[in-house]
Amino acid sequence: MNLAVRDLRHNLLRFVLTGIGLGGLLGIVVVMVGIYKGALDDALRLPRASSPDLWVVQPLTKGPFAEPSRIPRDTRDLVRRIPGVAQTGAVTFQTLQAAANGKPLRIYLQGYEPGRLGGPSALIDGHGITQSHYQMVADMSSGLHLGDRVPLGPYGDRYTVVGLTKGMVNSGGDPIAWVTLLDAQAIQFDVAPPLQRRERAAGRSPLVTADINAVLVQLQPGVATAAVAQQIERWKHLSAVTEKQEEDYVTAFVISKMQKQIGMFLAILIVVSAVIIALIIYTLTMDKMRSIATLKLVGAPDRTIVGLIVQQALALGVSGFGLGVALTATFKDFFPRRVLMEPADLAILFAIVVVICLLASALSVRAAVTVDPAKALAG
Amino acid sequence: MPDLVDLNALVELRAVSKHFGEDDRRVDALADITMSIFSGEVVGLVGPSGSGKTTLLNVIGCITEPSSGWMRLNGDVVYDERWLRRDLRRLRLEKIGFIFQTHNLLPFLTASENVMEVLELAGASSAAARSRAAGLLDYLQVGSRGSHMPAQLSGGEAQRVAIARALANEPKIILADEPTAPLDSERAGIVMDLLRRIASEQRAAIVCVTHDEAIFDRFDRIFQLRDGRLVSKSTTLASRSRRRFAD
Repeated sequence: MNLAVRDLRHNLLRFVLTGIGLGGLLGIVVVMVGIYKGALDDALRLPRASSPDLWVVQPLTKGPFAEPSRIPRDTRDLVRRIPGVAQTGAVTFQTLQAAANGKPLRIYLQGYEPGRLGGPSALIDGHGITQSHYQMVADMSSGLHLGDRVPLGPYGDRYTVVGLTKGMVNSGGDPIAWVTLLDAQAIQFDVAPPLQRRERAAGRSPLVTADINAVLVQLQPGVATAAVAQQIERWKHLSAVTEKQEEDYVTAFVISKMQKQIGMFLAILIVVSAVIIALIIYTLTMDKMRSIATLKLVGAPDRTIVGLIVQQALALGVSGFGLGVALTATFKDFFPRRVLMEPADLAILFAIVVVICLLASALSVRAAVTVDPAKALAG
Repeated sequence: MPDLVDLNALVELRAVSKHFGEDDRRVDALADITMSIFSGEVVGLVGPSGSGKTTLLNVIGCITEPSSGWMRLNGDVVYDERWLRRDLRRLRLEKIGFIFQTHNLLPFLTASENVMEVLELAGASSAAARSRAAGLLDYLQVGSRGSHMPAQLSGGEAQRVAIARALANEPKIILADEPTAPLDSERAGIVMDLLRRIASEQRAAIVCVTHDEAIFDRFDRIFQLRDGRLVSKSTTLASRSRRRFAD
């Protein structure tokens, strides 16, 4: 006969209400982990989607995502001529605050050269950029649709959405959009007519630049990445970063603060969960201390008493965790950030919850196994 | 072990003392208790509050270890070095039944499950425990209440279920702590008659702590305690009558 189940059934309402509360708390833990994993996945999407063997960036910088990098545009041709290099592509990145369809629109704009590395992959609708100017491919999370026209740049030039991708966002959760490199440079560096007039009046030429942020490099099969990187870095004004290093920079620098913040939140939430489980189990145990004394008096072994308490703690923790996961799975799409629930993370969290339950029940177990059976005889 | 041994006794205590605390705080709960209890007899432990009745019941019930002296239960000396805590628990499970002042049924089990639990703890299968529990509840005339929770039973019914639980493992001795305290005199009489019947039919000794003078005549012998000492043991009129009738 399972005493834990019988007792829980007897106190079902109390158990259910406690489980719901705990489920909500553990649901927040699952969401926090999911948000971090979602942010990490988002941050790595762009570097992984481009999938170059090397990123050529400004020396002493951590690539185009961790910190700004500016290199001359002719770098692409320079690198292309290195033996073993199959393809190259010049890219720029910038975050823009625009408006479309009467709503504010925040996008992470990538400039690239159509036909070269760095363009959008896996379009779900429409087509890629086919003209030199004023076309755009956008991620559907931006809310843009095919045919939408988005004003960008100092002249408010209208860019028509010709293609859509899915799930392409940056580390901040902003949707990514692609335009041609020339358009991206114009949007970034062109100055508005009043400022042009002021600059000319002052005897200065208006600011015009053709700088890019990075060059993506794809090597021919069998060519050693390190050897090409070494060759690139002989030019002191360039630095070469492998795909793995780029991902490490993103993980270590771009979202490290978020990792620490969420880690701190998680630690607090887990401690609070442990305290709540301990408190609930301790209260449940104290409520039936006379029953426990009676069980000991009639000869129940310690393992029966310990089983009663630990099973209840585990039942509470596991059902709370299950509810938390179910709530998160149900409502994750309503979160403003992507919540990524990975089986491995859930398995680790489950193990943590089990350990918490065991630790939380320790106090109750101690109180129960040390209770004097003679207490059952007290009037 | 002293050489004075009554081989017929089910429970035998010799020079048993129990104190709590030391030095200035020392309280002598029991002092030099020597007594024997035999199978089939119903024994009363009486005395004012604080006289040591419950402590003596705890010693006999293998709950509280005496400070000195020794006890023999069903031929085995208890509380010497051979006995570990789990052995005493096993002894309680297999040889001792307990009846409490308040029934102390587990509130989250049905009447039947309360009886079954003790049987399953002793190793009975679920089916065997269910069958024996049903038989015991029928024996105590509460068979129809087996599926009810303790909170749904009357005081008398709950006490009968508690008695059924005490009888579950066919104990050699049943220890009852004020079993009639929560009952009116009529129900108290019924419970005592029941205990008498059990003693007689199952050859179990019954030791009953009570303040209720109305049931003194239901005991074969009464041990009176005062300040932890046994001040008298008497054979009751009822017992003498029963013996005459038997002769």
